[in-house]
Amino acid sequence: MSASLPLWAVLGLRQEEYLKICEDLGNEPSETVLRMYAVMWSEHCAYKHSKPVLRRLPTKGPHVLQGPGENAGVVDLGDGLALVFKIESHNHPSAIEPFQGAATAVGGILRDVIAMGARPVALLDSLRFGWPDEARQRYLLSGVVAGIGHYGNSMGVPTVGGEVYFDPAYSGNCLVNSMGLGLARREEIQRAIAQGPGNPILVVGARTGRDGIGGAAFASQELSGASEADRPAVQVGDPFMGKLLMEALHELYKAGGVVGVQDCGAGGLTSACVEMANRGGVGMEIDVLQVPRREEGMLPWEVMLSESQERMVVCLERGREAEAVRIFRKWGLEAAVIGVVTDDGVFRVKEGARVVAEVPVRSLADGAPEYTPDAREPAYLRPLRAFDFARLPEPEDYGDVLRKLIASPNIASRQWVYSQYDHHVRLGTVVGPGGDAALLRLPGTKKGVAVKIDGNGRYCYLNPRRGAAIAVAEAARNVVCVGAKPQAVTNNLNFGNPEKPEVYWQFVEAVEGMAEACRALGTPVTGGNVSFYNEFEGRPIYPTPTIGMVGVSPDVERHVQPGFKRPGDVIVLLGQPEGAHLGGSEYCWVIHGVVAGDAPELDLDLERRLQECVFAAIHQGIVTAAHDVAEGGLAVALAEMCIQALPEARGCRVTVPLGPGRADGQLFGETQSRVLVTVGREDVERLRNLALEHDVPIRLLGEVTADGRFRLAVLQPSPKEGAALGRSLIDLPVEALRREWQEGLERWLVPGGA
Amino acid sequence: MTGEHREGVTGLPNPRGEVSGMAKFGVLVFPGTNCEIDVLRVLRDLLHQDAELVWYEERDLERYDAVILPGGFSYGDYLRAGAMARWTPVIEAVYAAAEKGRLILGICNGFQILTEAGLLPGALQRNRHLRYVCGWTHVRVERTDTPFTSAYRKGQVLRIPISHGEGNFYADPDALAEIEKRGQVLLRYATPDGQLTETANPNGSLHHIAGIMNKAGNVMGLMPHPERACEAVLGSEDGCGIFASMIHYLTKGRVFHVG
Repeated sequence: MSASLPLWAVLGLRQEEYLKICEDLGNEPSETVLRMYAVMWSEHCAYKHSKPVLRRLPTKGPHVLQGPGENAGVVDLGDGLALVFKIESHNHPSAIEPFQGAATAVGGILRDVIAMGARPVALLDSLRFGWPDEARQRYLLSGVVAGIGHYGNSMGVPTVGGEVYFDPAYSGNCLVNSMGLGLARREEIQRAIAQGPGNPILVVGARTGRDGIGGAAFASQELSGASEADRPAVQVGDPFMGKLLMEALHELYKAGGVVGVQDCGAGGLTSACVEMANRGGVGMEIDVLQVPRREEGMLPWEVMLSESQERMVVCLERGREAEAVRIFRKWGLEAAVIGVVTDDGVFRVKEGARVVAEVPVRSLADGAPEYTPDAREPAYLRPLRAFDFARLPEPEDYGDVLRKLIASPNIASRQWVYSQYDHHVRLGTVVGPGGDAALLRLPGTKKGVAVKIDGNGRYCYLNPRRGAAIAVAEAARNVVCVGAKPQAVTNNLNFGNPEKPEVYWQFVEAVEGMAEACRALGTPVTGGNVSFYNEFEGRPIYPTPTIGMVGVSPDVERHVQPGFKRPGDVIVLLGQPEGAHLGGSEYCWVIHGVVAGDAPELDLDLERRLQECVFAAIHQGIVTAAHDVAEGGLAVALAEMCIQALPEARGCRVTVPLGPGRADGQLFGETQSRVLVTVGREDVERLRNLALEHDVPIRLLGEVTADGRFRLAVLQPSPKEGAALGRSLIDLPVEALRREWQEGLERWLVPGGA
Repeated sequence: MTGEHREGVTGLPNPRGEVSGMAKFGVLVFPGTNCEIDVLRVLRDLLHQDAELVWYEERDLERYDAVILPGGFSYGDYLRAGAMARWTPVIEAVYAAAEKGRLILGICNGFQILTEAGLLPGALQRNRHLRYVCGWTHVRVERTDTPFTSAYRKGQVLRIPISHGEGNFYADPDALAEIEKRGQVLLRYATPDGQLTETANPNGSLHHIAGIMNKAGNVMGLMPHPERACEAVLGSEDGCGIFASMIHYLTKGRVFHVG
């Protein structure tokens, strides 16, 4: 295909980039050098299109110990403890080889956490697929879930939460974003740096083969029907090796003498070595003959660019090599000295005595040009936003709508997914999958860490700025709902081809929205990942920024969950009291087959006050259950609280006073900044005072019952002055709703299921 | 629901209070084991026992009153769960310890290793639905006159989580009959009220078997993770009784013998 093209073009570089390389080098690059540039300057490694925009994100805060730029972000938890966390995507590999694509996503994010000196303590995943009526989507989901479990379970790291959504927009390009969390004592944090001329550079872990060569370049192209042929670019994960590598590294950290560590991710040894040297402002010399290999006859560039998994690069203090080799041998692993830190700022690759590449570190690591392409509002937006919702009929049977909504694969129980993940190992999981957010206890303290991964491609498609802000707000709200205070954010920005003005506009808008929300809620961004070129046959996915939010609970014993606890408790809506917003809702999609309108409005100031109010109420010990109002709106949130209730509190009697707008919009619309809580009758006054104090609207909706029925009525303003008409809209057995919810996703996936 | 089950353990003299004595536990670590720290935490921090990790190359377990093979993925479970760990040096020492009547407990991957090693009958096949499964299960206590279950009441239902891909207990008809005849089944998957229904069996195990012991009564294996059910904040304390029973047996030289 490429006989006529110059090598730089075959490798995906632009002419202007090739010319800059020649200028930086002072001559024309050899093939080895050019191949290293092609990887280091790929979008995946160099963030050419995203860097200028990402600078708009707030990254500083009093508790941020490490912002963007290292293997992962770090926040201070107090008591000498630090929380390490990061998110990564493996969208393209998973789209063509779901099991290994997802498994290596988990492996990679865990090694990022381990490279920071931390013990991985939790995993979460954000997944997007096409609608499950397509067999291929079910195949992808099954493969991805099995792959995540394969790696995480074997490593002994619990998968404590996540999200999965289905929409035809992801049919040709699924999304697999994996988030890892680790714990360390503050003084144990490592950096990805090479320093001290004369210090040895080691590669540790697995041997190097020809697998995954070109993975970074592959991730920087759009997918098409021909992408299947790129299957060899997908790496293969070995979680057993990953586990041994983790244990050996921790033993090495304890032994001391480690200057810096970095995972061999995209770009393999080249990327790890060059980035470490660049951070240290040093040069480095590598001899490819010293790299342990699993195949014979590998060329120098193949060794340098292989993306074989379960490898790390370590810079040690001189004289500590023998001890490192002994530790790795104990775990049955390789540790080989492959090079040395130099002081000349040059990255020099040798094959024995022969020099095969000499490149300035700074050029290779940081020299890629930055692009600010044209941004243009997509033409689809105007007609979509102008959609006339009056065209949609109001439901005749609200109970029937609720049953259908609760069975939507986007709302139904995710047990089929998370039951394939170990979520208890390490004895830290206080609230696991299925809660609003996961909650982990911190050993030796009363405290806990809450974490949530959240995104909403549909809102972002309709309004990327507001959609991204909502993703941040909702993730924070979820963290608050288990009793934690939001602290910081990591993010994965999944978009189409940024060279298209419409996609680039979506990207810029989403980053702005995220920045606004992070500023308003006091949650700086400590790092993340950008995944562009998520397109299939020229059709981009919904813009999908994924937010990973972490928070701290001062007392894990004070946590709450969504399920009702006691009959007689009062059900209270805190936050936005009225709203009939239909745009972008699951109701419009599931019942009417419509994705249109605008994303719901978001008042960030009210959002912050609401979150502070809920947090205070939980820690005063008066809240017995709390749940964010999200997909499916108020009615679905109430139903979820019934379904997850203790057996003796399985029911509710609720009356919603109707405000302006359609009744379906008020019950199933996704108006933001709302949390449902329950409190004992005796605590209603305290809650009222708290709401008053925080200037948060409060509305008593009804009570928890023991009769196993979900009863929802509305109160309609009557034409007569001062009177109101009550009307029962839904009266269903909770058990019927529970069955719909339990089987909603499973029925697509379990052979012989409904 | 949990409260009711909890009562079984705490209904006895509280197992934590009861275990006044101290026994010495060895917790084995194979490459790929990942529950050793959890077991250690329960033994040391909650039950105040003398417990330490033992590397798989160790050939002498003489100094331990009890040996625990914790869960995880020894050798990645790559050949078949437990099939490779079974050939490591420490297993020779486990044979010797079992021979001498020391208590041996295999949890999850540990159970798989013990069946592979022939210290327990039967085998653990892939789950019936061929998927890994993690979640809370209920198991019914079949016998209480053993060193592993004396802290419970007969018929008591425990709430303990599982997490495995190969937990489907199988034995050929003769072996199964023998296991039943000798009363080697200690735990069966059941509903919260103790019924052996199809839906209560998470992996397709024959006769709902979740845990068994050897003929001599000093080696037990179980697929559920009792160490994950020892604190209320994690959702259940029901698993504690397994360890409490062992400690009681080792320090008092007898079983509880409770109704």
